Amino acid sequence: MSVFCDVQQAAPVAVFKLTQDFNNDQFPNKVNLGVGAYRTDEGKPWVLPVVKKVEKLIVHDDRLNHEYLPILGLPEFRSSSSKIVLGDDSPAIREDRVGGVQCLGGTGALKMGAEFLRRFYNGSNNTKTPVYVSAPTWENHNAVFSSAGFEDVRPYKYWDAEKRGLDLSGFLRDLESCPERSIFVLHACAHNPTGTDPSQEQWKQIAEVMMRRKLFAFFDSAYQGFASGNLDKDAWAVCYFVSMGIEMFCAQSFSKNFGLYNERVGNLTIVARDADNLKRVLSQMEKIVRTTWSNPPSQGARIVAITLNSPELFSEWKDNVKTMADRVLLMRAQLKAKLQSLGTPGTWDHITDQIGMFSFTGLNSKQVEYMVKEKHVYLMASGRINMCGLTSKNIDYVAESIHEAVTTVQ
Amino acid sequence: MALLKSNKVIHCLGNISPALGALSSRNSSWWAGVQMGPPDPILGVTEAFKRDTNPKKMNLGVGAYRDDQGKPFVLSCVRKAEALMASKQLDKEYLPIGGFGEFTKACAQLALGADNEVLKSGRSVTVQTISGTGSLRIGGNYLARFHTGPHDVYLPKPSWGNHTPIFRDAGMQLKAYRYYDPSTCGFDFKGALDDISKIPEKSIIVLHACAHNPTGVDPRPEQWKEISDIVKKRNLLVFFDMAYQGFASGDIDRDAWAVRHFIETGHNIVLSQSFAKNMGLYGERVGGFTVVCKDAEEAKRVESQLKILIRPIYSNPPINGARIAATILNTPDLRSLWLEEVHGMANRIIKMREQLVAGLKQQGSSHNWQHVTDQIGMFCFTGLKPEQVERLTKEFSVYMTKDGRISMAGVTSANVGYLAEGIHAVTK
Repeated sequence: MSVFCDVQQAAPVAVFKLTQDFNNDQFPNKVNLGVGAYRTDEGKPWVLPVVKKVEKLIVHDDRLNHEYLPILGLPEFRSSSSKIVLGDDSPAIREDRVGGVQCLGGTGALKMGAEFLRRFYNGSNNTKTPVYVSAPTWENHNAVFSSAGFEDVRPYKYWDAEKRGLDLSGFLRDLESCPERSIFVLHACAHNPTGTDPSQEQWKQIAEVMMRRKLFAFFDSAYQGFASGNLDKDAWAVCYFVSMGIEMFCAQSFSKNFGLYNERVGNLTIVARDADNLKRVLSQMEKIVRTTWSNPPSQGARIVAITLNSPELFSEWKDNVKTMADRVLLMRAQLKAKLQSLGTPGTWDHITDQIGMFSFTGLNSKQVEYMVKEKHVYLMASGRINMCGLTSKNIDYVAESIHEAVTTVQ
Repeated sequence: MALLKSNKVIHCLGNISPALGALSSRNSSWWAGVQMGPPDPILGVTEAFKRDTNPKKMNLGVGAYRDDQGKPFVLSCVRKAEALMASKQLDKEYLPIGGFGEFTKACAQLALGADNEVLKSGRSVTVQTISGTGSLRIGGNYLARFHTGPHDVYLPKPSWGNHTPIFRDAGMQLKAYRYYDPSTCGFDFKGALDDISKIPEKSIIVLHACAHNPTGVDPRPEQWKEISDIVKKRNLLVFFDMAYQGFASGDIDRDAWAVRHFIETGHNIVLSQSFAKNMGLYGERVGGFTVVCKDAEEAKRVESQLKILIRPIYSNPPINGARIAATILNTPDLRSLWLEEVHGMANRIIKMREQLVAGLKQQGSSHNWQHVTDQIGMFCFTGLKPEQVERLTKEFSVYMTKDGRISMAGVTSANVGYLAEGIHAVTK
């Protein structure tokens, strides 16, 4: 009698199932607008030229070996990563109250932050502290915080489906009415899945309420540079919060902006009140890391650290990032133009108003089903499309398919 | 605690003393109550070593292999694999949650043997993990969620220091069975059998597949057979930790003997593997977690649940080390080269053990040091007491953990004589 005879088959993760179905589809004009990974105009993955260059450097450098990194990661990586999001001249960094923990991707950074908060925030091991995630949000946010032990993961109002934009008043109402000391997971830029970000003025309002009500800001920054094409612009919200003097976390991912998806490169930036608090926090982080993965993988962190710490390579990287961001902007402009010229019912301004890799098209689940089954255009049930999946070759077909779906299916 | 965070109190303090008044201009930290974490005992040894200025200093703390010059060793097969990889135009797309297929397949074959019935029937699942630690943690999380027996994990006494916090953080309870006999510096076979025979049914027992950490004391095959029998009788779930396959005896099949014997005799084991030491891929974090199931259908269900556990921790694993390992295991030339190099590393360790014993005899030590050559793998449980360890560190700058464990990998032909001198001095 097996001990595991009662283990149920778990449902597959939706976004990966979508790609699996896409891969199995034989239709010649199929289009994958699912998984959030960058594609070139040929529809291919793109290893950044600067990354190829740095990898060659690493392979040929005989001084490098495969020894363990320190528990908290490669020091040059940690410091340059935190600098990238907070700015070189960040007063918080000057005051020695910023620390980084190298983690496995953005997911790993969120996980380490969540585990720390569950143990040490708002008391000791307080699993009842509410964690608020945007409605909608990246599907894994919920699981990261609940698997860290938080019992109460709730949505905060964010996306207004009717007006297809930010529901700021709803958001602010939730901030005013939630229990004090609640944790809020904020998307630093290029909100996933809606592509809708607060404006600077709106961020200021959000920050004011959060400070007044003692809410904890946990930023998720997975698209810095990728959203607008400008690193500093994409980090504005995070920097603004730091300038207000609050303590916060920022989970950074280098999967998209460095194209290092499978190397699992991330950093948890911790901004504390002062150096002493930071020191104690980091010492406890070490214990959490030690029982999860002991120490992080070196390859991806080396690539990022070498790039960020060399002026030439850094400049080249910024160009590569702009290349990606610009292509996305072009696809947005062209998709909107085609839908408008087709006379597709509805307004399509949101396609160019939204920012980053994703667009919340507004297609309902029936229309999405039509797209997938009848047109072999794969997108998430929420109506989310990955703009990177669009190319000059398939954009007409996708626009026509959307047109058909909207006019045929209610 | 609430009082510390009250602005009112801080403001009052400010009225009493100007210095304290500075506090009133800032709120206190969320982290005011966070204590300084204790330093990691093993890594702390390296920190102290680094600070020491004695030119003769020796770091026998961390278990990372060193060559006879005391330098980290990057295996040739690894460099060759990396060159091969660099020549291909590989993309960086996300791996599946369960990891790199070419790696997980080869990983399972390495442990079980390519023609193992378990692999042929498809009744196991292997997921790529973040080296051995990640594997143990996923295993612990899996058992915490799905194990229908008692959530007690029995570790040998002593065991790797990190086993306890890993399983604890995964939500399991820790217990122990006798293992090391300090009076012989060897295996307490009777004590182990005795303790194991009393473990409640369906509990979980952790067994070190080979090169026990920290003692270097492994059961002999006949002893493994008896352990297997009694574990069977008690209906325990076996959790093998194999971090040193190939590294212990120099022979990968010999080092996997216990794992294979248990499977043969009907245990559906769970298994953690690490490639940190045997491929020198420490910082690349290469490991696997395997669950041997009743049949292929069960394996599919278990696999789906492992993915659910992995996704909220790190989504999917890192490619680099797994690709290096897969390239080595699946390319005949590189695989042969690897087997040679692993054999070479194990042999150097064995030689150092012999030279240490010879050195101690030469120093005129009257103690029995046979355990140094009886023990196997990277570590040696010298039998030194804490006071003797302290003297060895203070007077000779030889750094090791308080339990008397030394990493033989840190011993070289240039310093083995000095080590013998030091050990003799503190034990005569």
